[in-house]
Amino acid sequence: MKRGLVLLTFVILAGGLLLIPALLDFGVPAFSDMDDYFLKNGQEQTAANNIVTAVVFDYRGFDTLGESVVLFTAVVGVGLMFRRMLKEEEYEDE
Amino acid sequence: MRMSKLVRTGADLLYPFALIFGLYIILHGHLTPGGGFQGGAVVATGAAIVIVAWAYEDVAGMIRKATMKVQESAGLLLFIGAAALALGLGYAFFYNVLANSGSLFGLPVPFGANTGELNTAGVIPIMNIAVGIEVWGGLTIILLYLLSGLNKKEEGS
Amino acid sequence: MFWNLPFIAVVTLSLIGLATVVTKKNLIKIFLGINIFEAAVNLFLISLGYREGGIAPIFTSAPSTDMVMATPQALTLTSIVIGVATSALLLSFAVIIWKKYGTIDTDQIRRLRE
Repeated sequence: MKRGLVLLTFVILAGGLLLIPALLDFGVPAFSDMDDYFLKNGQEQTAANNIVTAVVFDYRGFDTLGESVVLFTAVVGVGLMFRRMLKEEEYEDE
Repeated sequence: MRMSKLVRTGADLLYPFALIFGLYIILHGHLTPGGGFQGGAVVATGAAIVIVAWAYEDVAGMIRKATMKVQESAGLLLFIGAAALALGLGYAFFYNVLANSGSLFGLPVPFGANTGELNTAGVIPIMNIAVGIEVWGGLTIILLYLLSGLNKKEEGS
Repeated sequence: MFWNLPFIAVVTLSLIGLATVVTKKNLIKIFLGINIFEAAVNLFLISLGYREGGIAPIFTSAPSTDMVMATPQALTLTSIVIGVATSALLLSFAVIIWKKYGTIDTDQIRRLRE
């Protein structure tokens, strides 16, 4: 009974995912007004040759700031999880 | 657990090349494909080769945890400082104040296809270097913590 | 059928990743399934921004000037870094579970209170 239910859910999800290649065309993006503006004026306003770097660090700098903080938080979390095991070795002069 | 002499010598020979290649990708982020995150990951891979080849007791003396912690925090602080530089000069937050001016990275760029010039693009190379330092420190710290957590024997928790 | 090949690859990778998460019992294999699913989503995000006959949006020694869209590539960079952060935390979970229970078979890690 349980295996049958798992298999049925999987078939429904697979059928839903198969709509993606059926309904989208490849190579014709739908709304590209913002990117046309970036490609036309990006080199002059930011003086960079690489438009992807100009978008990541200049036009959309807040997303990069949030991503750096997420990476920092992940490293803090890993250090926090291994703290109890190193307690006898590193904190004995406290 | 220590690998054989061949693997250790190969890792010692490969680490400077990975370091130079990663620093090249970080520094030329505004001219060629690449940037801060990609270059930082390449340098961390070079450090990972050295960590895997030597035993953990030898590596803990060569690549210390305290150095990498300071490096990661310094990278994030430099990034926020470069963004707040425009706030101190009277513009909005994250504004590119050094582009197209005469200062540190401020040469203008001719329109269309050209060969690249390193002195351009304002605040963007400073942000690239800051993010590269942060990603290098962060990924190496994760590897060191995972290895040291595995090597510690359990005392009946 | 092959003009849509990136989207077919996205669907194949998603189904492989989903099947691995649902049916496997080893903890490391479940984490690998999560990683494959994240790779499929990144591929989908990049292949939405393609234009016919375009080159990469970089002006250094560029042969022509019709370029593909630049914003999906910037968003994919952020998504890859978040995937790295998730994988690091999941792997340290696996190490701590192995230290406490002695095994990483999910049929035997059942009790919340020890």
